[in-house]
Amino acid sequence: MDEPLVRWDWIARNWDNGGPTSVKVLLENHIVMAFVPVVVGLLIAIPLGLACARYRWLYQPTVGIMNVVYSLPSLALFSILLSVTGLTQTTVIIPLTLFSLAVLIPAVVDGMQSVPDHVRQSAVAMGFQPMRRLTRVELPIAVPVVLAGLRVAAVSSISLVSVGALIGQGGLGYLFIDGWQRQFYTPIVVGIVLVVALALIADLVIIVAQRLLTPWARRRA
Amino acid sequence: MITFDGVTKRYADGTVAVDDLSLEVPNGAITVFVGPSGCGKTTSLRMINRMIDPTEGRILLDGKDVTTVDPATLRRGIGYVIQQAGLFPHRRIVDNIATVPFLLGWDKKKARDRAMELLERVGLDPKMARRYPFQLSGGQQQRVGVARALAADPPVLLMDEPFSAVDPIVRTSLQEELLRLQSELHKTIVFVTHDIDEAVKLGDTVAVLRVGGKLAQVAAPADLLSDPADDFVREFLGRDRGIRRLGFVPAKNLALDPAPEGVTPEGHGTFNPARDSLRAALDASLLSPDGLAVAVDDDGRVLGVVGQAALVGAARG
Repeated sequence: MDEPLVRWDWIARNWDNGGPTSVKVLLENHIVMAFVPVVVGLLIAIPLGLACARYRWLYQPTVGIMNVVYSLPSLALFSILLSVTGLTQTTVIIPLTLFSLAVLIPAVVDGMQSVPDHVRQSAVAMGFQPMRRLTRVELPIAVPVVLAGLRVAAVSSISLVSVGALIGQGGLGYLFIDGWQRQFYTPIVVGIVLVVALALIADLVIIVAQRLLTPWARRRA
Repeated sequence: MITFDGVTKRYADGTVAVDDLSLEVPNGAITVFVGPSGCGKTTSLRMINRMIDPTEGRILLDGKDVTTVDPATLRRGIGYVIQQAGLFPHRRIVDNIATVPFLLGWDKKKARDRAMELLERVGLDPKMARRYPFQLSGGQQQRVGVARALAADPPVLLMDEPFSAVDPIVRTSLQEELLRLQSELHKTIVFVTHDIDEAVKLGDTVAVLRVGGKLAQVAAPADLLSDPADDFVREFLGRDRGIRRLGFVPAKNLALDPAPEGVTPEGHGTFNPARDSLRAALDASLLSPDGLAVAVDDDGRVLGVVGQAALVGAARG
């Protein structure tokens, strides 16, 4: 076969062809379906993680449940949700949100535990009331650990969205199915490159945010 | 004045951390709580600012039962210094020091100005203000901890083993710094340590506690060294009590003999009667081949000499 691995003319024609499966549209959908679960997950994980850090007995059951959820195949969850939310992005977003919780809740708990006891004690002794201590001392100190968890959650969310292609909502995942069905590699290569690029960019954005937010953090080796 | 009135702290499991402690902490002086681990010294300290509440008895701060005061309000009026300094890693040094002024709602600029003033007062370079705690050495962090405790100018300072985690040389300089600050500020300081040498060095009064939270003895350091109340205190004070006690006897009352011809500070141990103790004078004599301790003034001029017989006499005295 003298079929090239990548046919640039295909990319040029399909990047923005106005249809629902143009690469640009798929990329946009992919970003939405990967991004929303991580943001929603973080918003849920912070209060739940704080509760687990505060009431230790909550932690093990919560992590247990989250690990069971994490172990469920995403396709199974999509199928279950199909009857409720149909062939929509929501059907992909809900399981991915649950998956991100499995990473983010422990990250918030670990972040709270990364606050040195003497720092917490001195905050109490200076006269911080509990809420202010949480928002001004404990949460800011937890940020590096939480962001480390966020990196994992973001990258895995970006990669997992593709599976949604099996129910017609997979963002760039569509390219894999399309390419496989037609034995035509260009869409597959384009999909892989874009997913990896997306993951790298998301990771980089979080790293930069961490540098800016926590200039005080000891530089790690 | 801080008054412990029959204070007991008993935990749910029956452990008694502090057992019927009655004690007065005078204003403007350093009172040291010293004892082995498990003697309840830190618990006692923490009951003053309500980090822990007593099971029985009362603690009065200037006549007012502390348990009737809102904890946060109470704590903002009491400086607190702990072992690892407890600085906030995410805040610059200047803002660490200004913590309590910020909590009290001071104007930002006023709080930071005050912080800068304190930074210098505890002997740190103003350039450190913009740094983060991890960029400072342990000793520097501890100075910041002291500055932070002083920021809102509280009358009372609680210090929980503040100098235990630094090396001996830094510890000595921090101790001297504290004494210098105290001679200017006259705070009511409660200082907790397990180190008896630190206790007798810093304390105007030393309260020795024994395991189980019982008060063994309260006395001025010199009295503690000369008259320990019982075997526990004697053993806790350790060896060389006699010599160490001389550290509290000023040398200024020694009768000086005129210096014999040819006796110079070179080749002799010297002491300064205006500021040194009898211990320093005795040490000077032991360092001199002829046993004469040479007294010198601030400018190094020879004032006279004192021999070993006179020193021993003064020590008995």
